[in-house]
Amino acid sequence: MSTVEHLTGEYQKFVQDLSGDWPSALTERRRQAIERFGEIGFPSRRAEQWRFINLNPITETTFRLPESFNGFGAAELEPYVYDGCHQIVLVNGRFVAEHSRLGDLPEGVIVASLATAAAEHAELVERYVGRFAKFDDHPFVALNTAFLRDGAFIYVPKGVVVEEPINLICLGLPEAEPVAFYPRNLIVAEESAQVTVVEQYASLGDGSYMTSPVTEVAAGANAVIDHYKLQRESTEAIHMATFQIHQQRDSNVSSHSISWGGGLVRNDVNAVLDGEGCESTLNGLYMVEGEQQIDNHMRVDHAMPNCDSHELYKGILEGRARAVFNGLIHVHKDAQKTDAKQTNRNLLLSKEALVNSHPQLEIFADDVKCTHGSTTGHLDDVAVFYLRSRGIGEEAARSLLTYAFAADIVERIKVGAVRRELEEFLFRRLPRGEVVRQAV
Amino acid sequence: MTMLEIKNLHVRVEDQEIIKGLDLTVNPGEVHAVMGPNGSGKSTLAQVLAGKDEYEVTEGEVRYKGEELLELAPEERAREGLFLAFQYPVEIPGVSNVYFLKAALNAIRKHRGQEEMDAMDFLSYVREKMSVVKMDESLLNRPVNEGFSGGEKKRNEIFHLSVLDPTLAVLDETDSGLDIDALKIVADGVNSLRSPDRAFVVITHYQRLLNYIVPDKVHAMIDGRIVESGGKELAHELEEKGYAWLEERVAAGEAASAPSS
Ligand SMILES: Nc1ncnc2c1ncn2[C@@H]1O[C@H](COP(=O)(O)OP(=O)(O)OP(=O)(O)O)[C@@H](O)[C@H]1O
Ligand SMILES: [Mg+2]
Repeated sequence: MSTVEHLTGEYQKFVQDLSGDWPSALTERRRQAIERFGEIGFPSRRAEQWRFINLNPITETTFRLPESFNGFGAAELEPYVYDGCHQIVLVNGRFVAEHSRLGDLPEGVIVASLATAAAEHAELVERYVGRFAKFDDHPFVALNTAFLRDGAFIYVPKGVVVEEPINLICLGLPEAEPVAFYPRNLIVAEESAQVTVVEQYASLGDGSYMTSPVTEVAAGANAVIDHYKLQRESTEAIHMATFQIHQQRDSNVSSHSISWGGGLVRNDVNAVLDGEGCESTLNGLYMVEGEQQIDNHMRVDHAMPNCDSHELYKGILEGRARAVFNGLIHVHKDAQKTDAKQTNRNLLLSKEALVNSHPQLEIFADDVKCTHGSTTGHLDDVAVFYLRSRGIGEEAARSLLTYAFAADIVERIKVGAVRRELEEFLFRRLPRGEVVRQAV
Repeated sequence: MTMLEIKNLHVRVEDQEIIKGLDLTVNPGEVHAVMGPNGSGKSTLAQVLAGKDEYEVTEGEVRYKGEELLELAPEERAREGLFLAFQYPVEIPGVSNVYFLKAALNAIRKHRGQEEMDAMDFLSYVREKMSVVKMDESLLNRPVNEGFSGGEKKRNEIFHLSVLDPTLAVLDETDSGLDIDALKIVADGVNSLRSPDRAFVVITHYQRLLNYIVPDKVHAMIDGRIVESGGKELAHELEEKGYAWLEERVAAGEAASAPSS
């Protein structure tokens, strides 16, 4: 039986097992999604959007639906807990109430599991879930929609500011057999609302599994959403994520995607700037080594005039790691005065590491400012020599320069806990991290 | 003990010989000026002393404080008190000037068996040194040399020099392109560091610098060799007459020593 047939079979079990009150629109959407998945299946290696990434670890595995959703203590959760944050914990895609902390939220704000929200706020769930993330030609969005059951639901009504960040902790708990799960998250900020969300992915132990989340972000007029993703799963984990942003006029969305875990990782980040005066900042930093593969696929749609988008993705590769960057800025006919900038920079620390970088522009308006650029290279020998000639050892010089490469992304992270997490990771990863820690 | 002793140095880059039998001896407390036309190998000499590995030493030896200099890695040379002010200081995006200096100074102090400086002590130490080169404090927190003007880069080199407190400093055209005020600042910086146990090798094109940093010896470098040495009056002579007379002499000498056919 092929993996596609197997997953279609799993769907039947999943639907039978599904409890609770679900809006009928979602039930229908699930059915359409699995049908679509059956039609498109997994992409071949020749498929344009999937070239350069090897999906065999997925197509050659029989993934089951997970059965365990708890069975760990506070100590295991500790590394992902950030003080001063609201906290939602998902394990193998399911909300775990006992580890979640939803403190005092401003009036009207909903932070809940998707399953709860579906029952209690059916109208909102129906309105937003699946509205922006399209599954027609994306097998993993299709799977996620078909197996849609739980996740985080974050809703901030008009004019409300949520001061504390919401820390969404998505944990993978490996089972005896490989499991696959599909967290479905939604972040809505209505007009002039503001919220910061941290979305973490980590593994509770080794063992292979696939997490395939979809997070939809809907920014109303003049809303501000800051999003940080921290992906540090075990290298046995497969991570196939879609992050879908929709912005209305004058909204401001920033996304920082930090990734150092996972064996096979794909991030689709799509933003549709659907009103005038939007600003969209999409930054990323990926650090891979060994046999890790990471593919960042970006698409920014400038659908309306006078919007700005800035993308800066940086990668540090070691060992035989492989990174793909594919960035498309699509400027629609009416989107005059678009200001779009896209940059991908890669630092290779080994001879065997490999990057495929494809920034692209599709421009149908005539009065726009669009730039894109991509560089891939090793550390600058002249810079290394300059540092050494002042007394800094070679390894320390390389560590400092590597840190410096990452520093402009680090500095842009406004949530202190996330920034420190990343800094600590860099200090650990760099051969002479202690020199860097001491110097910076 | 001699500070620096270079004997019959030959250096190659990409199959081309650049330094062709160079001798130079520098004693503690001395300031030597090296002058020469473009491409005569001055920077190559400086970079070889600092340990740049793309230059291949094919012959000769270099002793620094009695030790084989060429055996040491660049950072070991620096920790032993050698400093090179680069002709073209390197821009290092993402590494702030102050972090860089702190890492460098602490590496050197550690090597000398001194305690590493903490952030507070380091800052007051650095501030004091900044005032010597009249450098704007904002340059401390900027990435090393990035977006610095030409003059700021050169001053920054002298600032690093004064912070790292070397025994032998090689200045590669630190005066080039400076206006007179900046030149005086650089010269004052160097003069304030002159001491009986420190030495300087100052590479320059222009006699003007030597009005402010008065050298003990002046050397003329032509085509990879030092062909004439003298006191500070040699600098005036070179400024007046240029290098043609020396180049002719070198050519004649080569012709004389070439095997007759
Ligand atoms: N890395 C290199 N690769 C190839 N050739 C080099 C390299 N470095 C120097 N050279 C050559 O060696 C010669 C000497 O160069 P060097 O920079 O030492 O001269 P210089 O005396 O410092 O000149 P200037 O006064 O212009 O600074 C030149 O012909 C130069 O082209
Ligand atoms: Mg030179």
